[in-house]
Amino acid sequence: MDVLVYLIPISLILGGLGLAAFVWTLKTRQYDDPEGDSRRILSDEYDDKPKSD
Amino acid sequence: MSTSAPTSACPACSAAPAAGAVAGKDGAPNGGEQLLLSLPAIHCAACIAGVERSLSAMPGVRRARVNLTLKRATVDADPGVAAGTLAEELTRQGWEAHELDAATLAGTQVDRTGRDLLMRLGVAGFAMMNVMLLSVAVWSGAADATRDLFHWISATIAIPVIAFSAQPFFRNAWGALKAARLNMDVPISLAILLAAGMSVYETAQSGAHAYFDAALSLTFFLLAGRFLDYRTRSAARSAAQELSALEVPRALRVSGAAEAMVPVAELAVGDVVRVLPGARVPVDGVIETGETEIDRSLLTGESLPVGAAPGAEVNAGEVNLTGALTVRVTAAGEDSTLHRLADLVAVAETTRNRYTSLADRAARIYAPAVHLLALFAFLGWMWISGGDVRLALNIAVATLIITCPCALGLAVPAVTTAASGRLFKRGLLIKSATALERLAEVDTVVFDKTGTLTTGTPEVENLGDFARRDLEVAAALAEGSAHPLAQALAAAAKDGGVKPASVSELREVPGHGVQATWQGQLVRLGRASWVGAEAAEQTATYLQIGGRVLTFRFTDSLRDGAAEAVSALQAQGYDVRLLSGDAPAAVVELAARAGIGTWEAGVLPQDKAARIEALMAEGRRVLMVGDGLNDTAALAAAHASISPASALEATRVVSDIVLLGGSLAPLGDTLATARRATRRIKENFGIAAAYNAVAIPVALMGFATPLAAALAMSGSSICVSLNAMRLR
Repeated sequence: MDVLVYLIPISLILGGLGLAAFVWTLKTRQYDDPEGDSRRILSDEYDDKPKSD
Repeated sequence: MSTSAPTSACPACSAAPAAGAVAGKDGAPNGGEQLLLSLPAIHCAACIAGVERSLSAMPGVRRARVNLTLKRATVDADPGVAAGTLAEELTRQGWEAHELDAATLAGTQVDRTGRDLLMRLGVAGFAMMNVMLLSVAVWSGAADATRDLFHWISATIAIPVIAFSAQPFFRNAWGALKAARLNMDVPISLAILLAAGMSVYETAQSGAHAYFDAALSLTFFLLAGRFLDYRTRSAARSAAQELSALEVPRALRVSGAAEAMVPVAELAVGDVVRVLPGARVPVDGVIETGETEIDRSLLTGESLPVGAAPGAEVNAGEVNLTGALTVRVTAAGEDSTLHRLADLVAVAETTRNRYTSLADRAARIYAPAVHLLALFAFLGWMWISGGDVRLALNIAVATLIITCPCALGLAVPAVTTAASGRLFKRGLLIKSATALERLAEVDTVVFDKTGTLTTGTPEVENLGDFARRDLEVAAALAEGSAHPLAQALAAAAKDGGVKPASVSELREVPGHGVQATWQGQLVRLGRASWVGAEAAEQTATYLQIGGRVLTFRFTDSLRDGAAEAVSALQAQGYDVRLLSGDAPAAVVELAARAGIGTWEAGVLPQDKAARIEALMAEGRRVLMVGDGLNDTAALAAAHASISPASALEATRVVSDIVLLGGSLAPLGDTLATARRATRRIKENFGIAAAYNAVAIPVALMGFATPLAAALAMSGSSICVSLNAMRLR
């Protein structure tokens, strides 16, 4: 059962990473335009400019 | 989870004409640096790239970003750049664009509530999965120290997450308790809190059962229901706000020799404004100079334009047809007729607020029942076990958790989301939360005529009666005017292959008509009195060639899909009626064309509402479909109401549903969908009840385990969501 000492923290950290990623996507407003984002990946015009905000 | 994006179709394609009709044409400078444009026709990746490229290339534009979900572009521009000019330029380049009033939309810019709910939902979801992971180990047999460790880890995850994620329920429940009421959130909050508290106690006592996963999944599923519900309503709200924002409220104020575009809110009594032909009168006032004809159909339902000369009164909301006017303001903003009529609505609104939705009715039975049941379980087991508080409390909490309305919380939102999404794709915007339920109960449909069953654009009726030569003269004259009758005549002549005769000295006489010289004689097209003719009973224009006078009669053209909608409604067994403020001759003819047997003409605005109330008093449930200000009170008084997007804002505000496209055809399907949606909601309540009928005895007998609770909860929630999906 010693393996639990590693496995539990690992599962919690992985879960935490997932949550952190979700919070990041929400904070950077990535759910504002789901429709548009699904189309933008089809565009071959790449946005090379640095993000302004 | 259902993500039935109500915006996934391309309703704007069908909605575009209506949106264009209400869009303001003026492009005065906008003070702010962030400009908003509505792009009703965009639908693909190429559109996004194209619009962003053209906008960025325009002078003064710093950055442009298209939002396809909202069909909108946000532009960061230098001060002094006008949204109107950007929109015009974009339209010229092939992308239909309209200026949006940023102030009207300010509230929707940052969708705080939505993101807040999503954050809580996400946190609850992640916590639920982690705790479930640990719980699986316990269910599959972990014991003693391992089980306690797992329970403690679960507790450290669950407690803070519940404190954060379940806040909306706690807040609502507290609000209800303070007002001495019970709502659905009270048993929810109680179940969540008791489950968490009991589990912490059990863990501390090395107990076998902890309900952390149940408390978290309860929070998660219920938040999902809340989020769906919120998103459906906010999609409708932002679309409705966008309709309002398209009408940028500005007026051309004349001060001395200078003219300036100013917001209508800045106008004061005594100001003079110029109203150009084709524009809507922004204020109540008296005509100072200019002669014209006024279309008052939105206010009164009359389809005939009325002549107006200096000294005549005009009201906000009327449309100036032929000549440019200057109007001295007698009442602006809140005092104008438009606003006063809108106030009528407030009175009628209360009837609708009294409506209790199915969810409320369910909660009213459910909440006390659950509390009594848990109390009964506690007291019963106290008696059976001879005072074992821990056992009795455990069973009471298990009862509360297992009966908790996961499925009930999803039953309504899952269905309304699916139904609203389906209707939105057909160009209908559901504004009110209870609209679908009320719509499903309707048995009588009352239509308004002008602007609802008809498009408000006239059609020549008797073109075949005239000699080709006369038609050529008429066409030549008609082309010289912007009057709707003249335009309709010109268009009809063109369709009939009539070439305009060559005339000279063509000029328009505001308020009267058009005149010219043809083959040396005076020819006139215009009002009866001006050409020296007897006025006909219906809408008509008169052509004078020398001594002869010819009468072109017009009928209002039927709106797209009106006849289909009426016959579809009649086929479904609805009693369809027509209630109009217009003259009998026009009404009887139109009723026949639309296939409506019961009609009434010349009804005043107040009487319309009274007629609706009389019908309601007979025990009927009335659906009112109307667009004019004269319909507003009737719309508010009716059990449910629908208005087209071309209606005035005050009218759209009181209606439950706004028809975005130009066609009435989806109406029949809408009522069928509403009935189906209500049936699904009831089925969902049935599923939830059936599940409770099995779960409650098990819980009361003390056999409920955390695993059973988790299975039952997820099972019923999934059943309910799948049942709702059948609507799409």
